[in-house]
Amino acid sequence: MDLENQARIKSLADQYGEDLVVVLGAGEAEAASLAAETVTEGDPTYAGPLAGVQLGLPVYHAFELKDSVDPGVYDDQAGMMEMVLDVDALIDAVKKFRA
Amino acid sequence: MSFPVIKGTSYSLFHAPEMTVHQGTNQTSERHKNPDSEHLKDIPKSLRSFDEVVKYPPNQVYIGNVKPEMLKCHKRPWYENPLAVANTDGPYGSIYAEDELIAFIKVVDVFDLVVLEDSFQKATKVKLENRKELQIIDKQLAKLDTKGVLFDELDKLVLEDGAEPMYHAGRLVGCVKKAHEFDAVLTSHVMFENLASKATAAINLLSMFAKTNLRPEEVDYIIEASEEACGDMNQRGGGNIAKAIGEVCGCVNATGSDTRSFCAGPVHALVQAAALVQSGVYKNVVVLAGGSTAKLGMNSKSHIEKGIPVLEDVLGTFAIHIGENDGVNPVIRTDAVGRHTIGAGSAPQAVITAIVTDPLDRVDISLKDVDKFSPELQNPEITVPAGAGDVPLSNYKMIAALGVKRGDFIKEDIDKIVNEKGMPGFAPTQGHIPSGVPYIGFARQEILNQNIKRAMIIGKGSLFLGRLTNLFDGVSFIMETNEGVQETTNVSKEEVRSIVAEALKNLAQNL
Repeated sequence: MDLENQARIKSLADQYGEDLVVVLGAGEAEAASLAAETVTEGDPTYAGPLAGVQLGLPVYHAFELKDSVDPGVYDDQAGMMEMVLDVDALIDAVKKFRA
Repeated sequence: MSFPVIKGTSYSLFHAPEMTVHQGTNQTSERHKNPDSEHLKDIPKSLRSFDEVVKYPPNQVYIGNVKPEMLKCHKRPWYENPLAVANTDGPYGSIYAEDELIAFIKVVDVFDLVVLEDSFQKATKVKLENRKELQIIDKQLAKLDTKGVLFDELDKLVLEDGAEPMYHAGRLVGCVKKAHEFDAVLTSHVMFENLASKATAAINLLSMFAKTNLRPEEVDYIIEASEEACGDMNQRGGGNIAKAIGEVCGCVNATGSDTRSFCAGPVHALVQAAALVQSGVYKNVVVLAGGSTAKLGMNSKSHIEKGIPVLEDVLGTFAIHIGENDGVNPVIRTDAVGRHTIGAGSAPQAVITAIVTDPLDRVDISLKDVDKFSPELQNPEITVPAGAGDVPLSNYKMIAALGVKRGDFIKEDIDKIVNEKGMPGFAPTQGHIPSGVPYIGFARQEILNQNIKRAMIIGKGSLFLGRLTNLFDGVSFIMETNEGVQETTNVSKEEVRSIVAEALKNLAQNL
């Protein structure tokens, strides 16, 4: 995960604590998995501000929120990408980092 | 409407393994943070030879020796399956070795910042003299006749004076000195990046003059669309790299300017060039860019971890000549330019709608009527192991999926559409280089050969990297078969009044 984003998430986690949920929009399972790991167990590449920091934040992929948002908004924002991306692989990649 | 045409193209690559190790940002950052890192020890062992780079299938496609479609059936991984027949020269350009590039960096340096070791300078001068495309600048090559320095002097310049080193085959052979005592944008490293960009773009423009009918003195305007910034501390991106390149190449009647929009810059520049030609401001405009040394080995950590050679070891360049409608060459449909507007939104669907289907709808052309789409053509062998996916494939799927949502295609046909209207990525991941432009040379030839009628060129850019906006960027245009020059009739206001008056008179009489 981008070092700047790591810093922003760390700062938001300090500010909001347990009320913070991370929603990912990654298009590749490997990238989604890395991002999910970074905001739960810490930066696996040991390059950014979250290296060795276990935030343990609840993390979801945007596709998992389909039933929680307005169907029209979901269709506009994610309908096309649902046809393009491997939805199941993305959800599995993120899900394994939720307790 | 008499649309402008694409008269010629040029594409060249420069093998830069030592620059990958010493100047690629991924490596310079690592050296800054952790000078003893394993990556810095591993990278020299995973570099490719010049011969491997020449025989690498995507590189042969880039210079035009092989069509992109060939890659669909060529055995993967491509780095383990070189082409049996490969050449350093192709119809669109050439592949140059790193020593030639280093020597040419000295040729384009007008501030005596570049210093080369004497024996290296003499040997590479001979190589450059044998390049046919460089013979029109023989007077400038004479700069290499001056006496070079000794190895000891180079060591001193690099170690004591902070000059940027240039290596060849593991040995220090030259350096670039800083251009100011403390100006952060005139450091030796920044000067090296800018000179490398200038040198690569200049050689590629000279290659265009050698391979097409365009003469240097016929060029009216140059738009440079690389990702470098040239200036000083008072105007960090002041420019004008375009004129600096034109000066090297003998474009004595040209002026120019630089256009930037991250990876979308080249397509913006092409739209501007088309407008300048169609409006009659200029007859011949060249849009070009040199390579980015910062991006060399950008994903090399991932590649080495997976046992893949460092594939980001070449600098890419392009040059596109836009001219007045000649009734032959493919036209640029300036009435159907796609643009991602500030208010369009950044969801992928909104982006593809803005840059692909909106311009087509405007001129009543269906997605089905576009034979080929050329979005970001990053080589997937570079991006997939780095976790960034197959970028062109994702773009083709998005275009097809949007077509399904609009009713142009059926869902079951997505893979078929992707195969018919797409192509595997073959461009080095140099940011501005893969973004739509690498296919323009092929598209021009395929349209001239009547194999296809229409192609859409798409550039996309990640503006958020500059930390001034979270906006995305995208721009596109259609190039298609030239139906012949259409005569336009200029009718004056008086003539229009007279025609309307005549019509009203006839109407009144009939009433």
